Amino acid sequence: MFKIVDGPIDELALEDDVRTDADGAVIIFRGVARRQSRGREVVHLEYEAYPEMAEKVMAQIGDEMKTRWPITRVAMVHRTGVLEIGQASVVIAVSAPHRGEAFAATRYAIDRLKEIVPIWKKEVWSDGSQWIGWENEAHTH
Amino acid sequence: MSETASHPNICVHVRLFASYREAAGTSRLDTPLRSGARVRDLMALLAADIPALTRAPGLVAVNHTYVNPETELHDGDEVALIPPVSGGR
Repeated sequence: MFKIVDGPIDELALEDDVRTDADGAVIIFRGVARRQSRGREVVHLEYEAYPEMAEKVMAQIGDEMKTRWPITRVAMVHRTGVLEIGQASVVIAVSAPHRGEAFAATRYAIDRLKEIVPIWKKEVWSDGSQWIGWENEAHTH
Repeated sequence: MSETASHPNICVHVRLFASYREAAGTSRLDTPLRSGARVRDLMALLAADIPALTRAPGLVAVNHTYVNPETELHDGDEVALIPPVSGGR
């Protein structure tokens, strides 16, 4: 399951999609909208995607993960539109027989997603807004 | 002389997102180009009207695959201008 959705993400559906009886570990990673960003207070976030391409690139990342780690299944869902603080923008589920490879593959998945999947985030503050890309994220921690 | 020999035009469907979309004031453009045009030719043409394309250079995808500036364009291609993606740590 590799999807762009415009409403809340159904985490249980991702878990059901990846878990098999061969698995001893299921990792669910949830990326959520955070109040503070680079010293400013965020009112909400807006995500925009190029959905047709984003879904293909997410599936490509899933293939990359399977060539690197002995994992069973991967699912990724990213939300677009307006997100309030605390809401999930992205959920990644990974299943594997053992936890070590599941953790490693999940870390790879979210890093890679932020690197190459065509999805953009706009931070909206009380006094302005800005699209956030790699050119103005470099100094963030 | 046949049409092919006399530089017929092609047309590509350009899609703009996020900061590029806001700078251009539109999310889609149909842009005519000379046959044989490459991605860099299209970018040079568009940058004249949309300076943000060169101020914050991003990536280009043709028909959902990332390409480089030398890639040749064909009639009907969907060319997406991809500003730097969402980052976040």
